[in-house]
Amino acid sequence: MLSLVLRRAISAIPLLLLVSFGAFSLVALLPGDPAVAIAGEGATLEQLAEIRLRLGLDEPFLTRYLTWMGDILTGDLGSSAVTGRSITEEVLRRAPVTASVAAGTLAVVLLLGLPTGIVQGVFSGRLIDRAGLLVTAAGLAIPNFWLATILVSIFAVQLRWLPATGYTPISESVVGWAQHIVMPSVTLGVFAAAEMARQLRTGILHATEQPYVRTAWAKGMPARSVIGKHVLKNAAAPAITVLGIRLGHLLSGAVIVETIFGLPGLGKYAIDAILNRDFPVIQAVVLVSGAIVLVANLLVDIAYGALNPKVKVT
Amino acid sequence: MTHLVDTPPTTEPVVRLRGDTVLSRLRRQPLTMAAIVYLAILAVVAIGAPVLSPFDPYDTDLRALLQPPSPAHWLGTDDLGRDVLSRMLYASRASLLACVQAVGIAALVGAALGVLSGYFGGWIDRGIMTLIDAVLSVPGLLLAMAIVGVLGSGLTNAMLALAVIFVPIFARLCRIQALAVREEVFMEAARAIGVPHWRAILRHVIPNIAAPLLVQVFITLGVAIVAEGAMSYLGLSIQPPEASWGALLQRAFSVVHQAPWLIFIPGTAITLTVIAFQVLGDGLSRALVQRNGGEHR
Repeated sequence: MLSLVLRRAISAIPLLLLVSFGAFSLVALLPGDPAVAIAGEGATLEQLAEIRLRLGLDEPFLTRYLTWMGDILTGDLGSSAVTGRSITEEVLRRAPVTASVAAGTLAVVLLLGLPTGIVQGVFSGRLIDRAGLLVTAAGLAIPNFWLATILVSIFAVQLRWLPATGYTPISESVVGWAQHIVMPSVTLGVFAAAEMARQLRTGILHATEQPYVRTAWAKGMPARSVIGKHVLKNAAAPAITVLGIRLGHLLSGAVIVETIFGLPGLGKYAIDAILNRDFPVIQAVVLVSGAIVLVANLLVDIAYGALNPKVKVT
Repeated sequence: MTHLVDTPPTTEPVVRLRGDTVLSRLRRQPLTMAAIVYLAILAVVAIGAPVLSPFDPYDTDLRALLQPPSPAHWLGTDDLGRDVLSRMLYASRASLLACVQAVGIAALVGAALGVLSGYFGGWIDRGIMTLIDAVLSVPGLLLAMAIVGVLGSGLTNAMLALAVIFVPIFARLCRIQALAVREEVFMEAARAIGVPHWRAILRHVIPNIAAPLLVQVFITLGVAIVAEGAMSYLGLSIQPPEASWGALLQRAFSVVHQAPWLIFIPGTAITLTVIAFQVLGDGLSRALVQRNGGEHR
């Protein structure tokens, strides 16, 4: 198990290097001088020279990349071109907010997606399965930014049950934290839950046709054990893959919910940097999101290994 | 010998057959037909926006702010008194055009990369696929936003950024298809008689990947509608006073306290369009799979 994880982690390194190079090269896409783009058209020559010196723009491209990578390996993501603040500190300060949304999203997926998928798979073809198909279809089609606005208009504007925007750290008030996290989590969780339910349903349908499940039924095994031990364990793999992909792509969704719900997380950091054309932050965010994807993939591999002993061999 | 190469199982006779069966199979899927009709109407509306709009979409009327739907303004007015129906019609134009362009570019570039990769294999394959993997290892929407962040906000840049993130989907699909076609007997025959690569690709590989490619185009269009919506919602795509659906939704959300119904107009349009593209893609896929079922392979 450990060697599998290690092997996968090591094989991810070249890809991460490529992503880092891509993230760094993004700025090379920029037409014209990055210093002018940061300082604005009216900047004086001194200001431009200062920016170039600060960002090291006078150095050759490869030297700049190697310096940047070297700093990152020591934990330094550089500093914002707009505020001058350390990116590493900002990322660490904001990560708990996005992690809270991630945890809430996972809770929604487990509370909605898991039971829906299992019930649909076990009672496939019945009325409840058809209703489930309709509901999951809606969940997959509705764009998260629209869902967010609907939730706000119902629960914050009309009913006034929940705050529309803002964030309270869990250390200050658990209830306040939960109130701020509910709507963002539902917004991101609905799609993931629908996807999870679909995968689970298909997985269960496939698993119930297997001979070992028929044998289990035939030898009079109780339904709970058949479904729990044989069906679910085998149906879980595709569902976990989907969950891993969602986790890896969390930052895409975080950009949207953190903007709409005014959460000071990584997504908001990303969109602010993008709107302000804060290049060092954009580069760092792309790299960090690439790293999150690779870690999520690694977690999926580990989950596979835990579920299915055969994976260890290959 | 040329005769042998020119009549692989998928050329002329099947092309004629395809016209009959796929269409009739689609006709037997009511949901798919509904999606086609909806998308056709949408296309007409988008193209005809300047003719069909009852009002100028940029004309403000400060005496008629945030009016609910009425005979004069079918969908009401926005916070500047602009006619929502007219703005929706123009927004459909912007949204659809951007998505069609983004997916079109991505399909062309992706198909070219995928076919090269699958057909030639070796280091070309490894090089292209490593690049594709690198693009895929950053969340798509975030990458698109980062590209727009560097290039600057605007509909064209957003469209290009979306094209970049969709290339891997098409490249992977076409690579797998090209790999499969490469092993076919008719390809072996083509190689044996020395058919040049470009001709083999044009005559044999491309026709064989066209069907799955088309299905993927429709499915990706649905994804693109959402992605463009998200980007324009965040102000990264089209700039005011022009608007696409996402931008209209953002504007509507800013006055949700006074006019809660406004968010449902662009939201419904986006969702219906996403569903329509998805249904069409799935329906087409079913119709094509049924056709391919009885053939080679």
